Amino acid sequence: MVETLQQLLPGFLIPYLDWVLQLGQNLFGSAWSDILLVVWTVIKVVLIIAPLLFVIAYVTFCERKVIGWMQARIGPNRVGPWGLIQPIADGLKLMLKEVVIPAGADKAVFLLAPVFGFAPALIAWAVVPFDDVMVLANINASLLYIMAVTSISIYGIILAGWSSNSKYAFLGSMRSAAQLISYEVSMGLALVVVLMVSNSLNLGDIVRTQAHGRFADMGLGFLSWNWLPLLPMFVVYMVSIVAESNRAPFDLAEGESEIVGFHVEYSGMAFAVFQLAEYGAMILCSTMAALLFLGGWLSPFGFLPDSILWLFAKIFAIVCFFFWIRATFPRFRYDQVMRLGWKVFIPVCLIWLVVVGCWMMSPWNIWK
Amino acid sequence: MGSMKEIFNSLLLRELFKGMSVTGRYMFARKITVRYPEEKTPQSFRFRGLHALRRYPNGEERCIACKLCEAVCPAMAIVIESSEREDENGQKSRRTTRYDIDLNKCIFCGFCEEACPVDAIVETRIFEYHGEKRGDLYYTKPMLLANGDRYEKQIAEDRELDSKYR
Repeated sequence: MVETLQQLLPGFLIPYLDWVLQLGQNLFGSAWSDILLVVWTVIKVVLIIAPLLFVIAYVTFCERKVIGWMQARIGPNRVGPWGLIQPIADGLKLMLKEVVIPAGADKAVFLLAPVFGFAPALIAWAVVPFDDVMVLANINASLLYIMAVTSISIYGIILAGWSSNSKYAFLGSMRSAAQLISYEVSMGLALVVVLMVSNSLNLGDIVRTQAHGRFADMGLGFLSWNWLPLLPMFVVYMVSIVAESNRAPFDLAEGESEIVGFHVEYSGMAFAVFQLAEYGAMILCSTMAALLFLGGWLSPFGFLPDSILWLFAKIFAIVCFFFWIRATFPRFRYDQVMRLGWKVFIPVCLIWLVVVGCWMMSPWNIWK
Repeated sequence: MGSMKEIFNSLLLRELFKGMSVTGRYMFARKITVRYPEEKTPQSFRFRGLHALRRYPNGEERCIACKLCEAVCPAMAIVIESSEREDENGQKSRRTTRYDIDLNKCIFCGFCEEACPVDAIVETRIFEYHGEKRGDLYYTKPMLLANGDRYEKQIAEDRELDSKYR
């Protein structure tokens, strides 16, 4: 860590750094290295979370712009140049609004529910590899960790619906909880296929295995990524993450225009946190798709260097794809959502699981 | 055979891609948004906005207090009271002493304009007006006459344009 800092900081700051380190050593003695580790980790967490919150704010703006363009409108353009200050104005507005707590609500749970919804979308970033080396916690079961952590966000929804003490909120939360659980199954099965071919649960390793293959050797790296050999799984995964992050056309959870969702009773910042959670989950899911199927930070062509920018570009492309879908399709009816999840995706996943299994056992295995 | 084709199409998500190509095309299409305060849509000369009472060129008000507009008004937004007075020629004439339009009630149907035999009450192209209290949108005779004086040129032009269709 000290070496990294010495590399990153400008030269005239190095004596100060040394002075601080010396001071800490004198003050804390042997505990100093542990303290340094904690401080360093906190700095890294802040470096991930702060830009993430900023990006979440601007993803809402980007969404309104893109959907506006697709509807031959120009989108928000009043606040600041090209409307760029709009998300800040929105955030300020929501912060200044009163958080109305219904008389019959369970106060503590009511206020805790948005946190339960939002926290998993942030916690999951701990294991996301941004680069060959850039990852906060390089644990072996990072894929499993993400699956486990993101499942917690369902509690946020159920608790929100239940603690509101309102029939509509409760029914809405039941609906979205059922939806999330069903699509988690097909999502999980799609991931099983991915981890089968990459032989690892570590996200970094999953990306690295995508760097090899016949096309990668020819300099066409993007054809070696998982999306092509696992195309049906890629489609299933893309649709599942749209459903999983409660986005149109699967946005039965909120359904602004006609059906009432789990957060009807929420207002002000408590409501805003649910919105943040939705967009946070969306960005997380896009990142997962970029890592698992689109080769993460790998460059699509042999002559271009691998870079974190590729990862950002892929995430952005997938997020834009979400907007595109939202601008295009009408909302599913609830039974159609359930039918698609259970009667189409899960059988497709299971069949493809067997097909890929046979493929890997056969002499034409391309993942050796 | 047809059903096979259907299954094939639905498995390849053909319809979905069709829909997405439409929205994808529109993303780069010309935007039709009118940036309102800076840009405005064209108005017809029959536009029905804020009311006005007109005068003759010699300054005498046109309204003869026939109360046809009051009678035809479907929202009953017009209240007229009248009495006799001398006009500038020294002749006795019937004129309004009160001519109120409650714009909170008015539905801007234009019937008053149609009913008027002397083109006294008209609706102008003005639609950007507001009141900050409820009473502010209760227009009285002096206010309506002031509107008429202010926008007479535009009003006369619009009547002229419309006259050949009447």
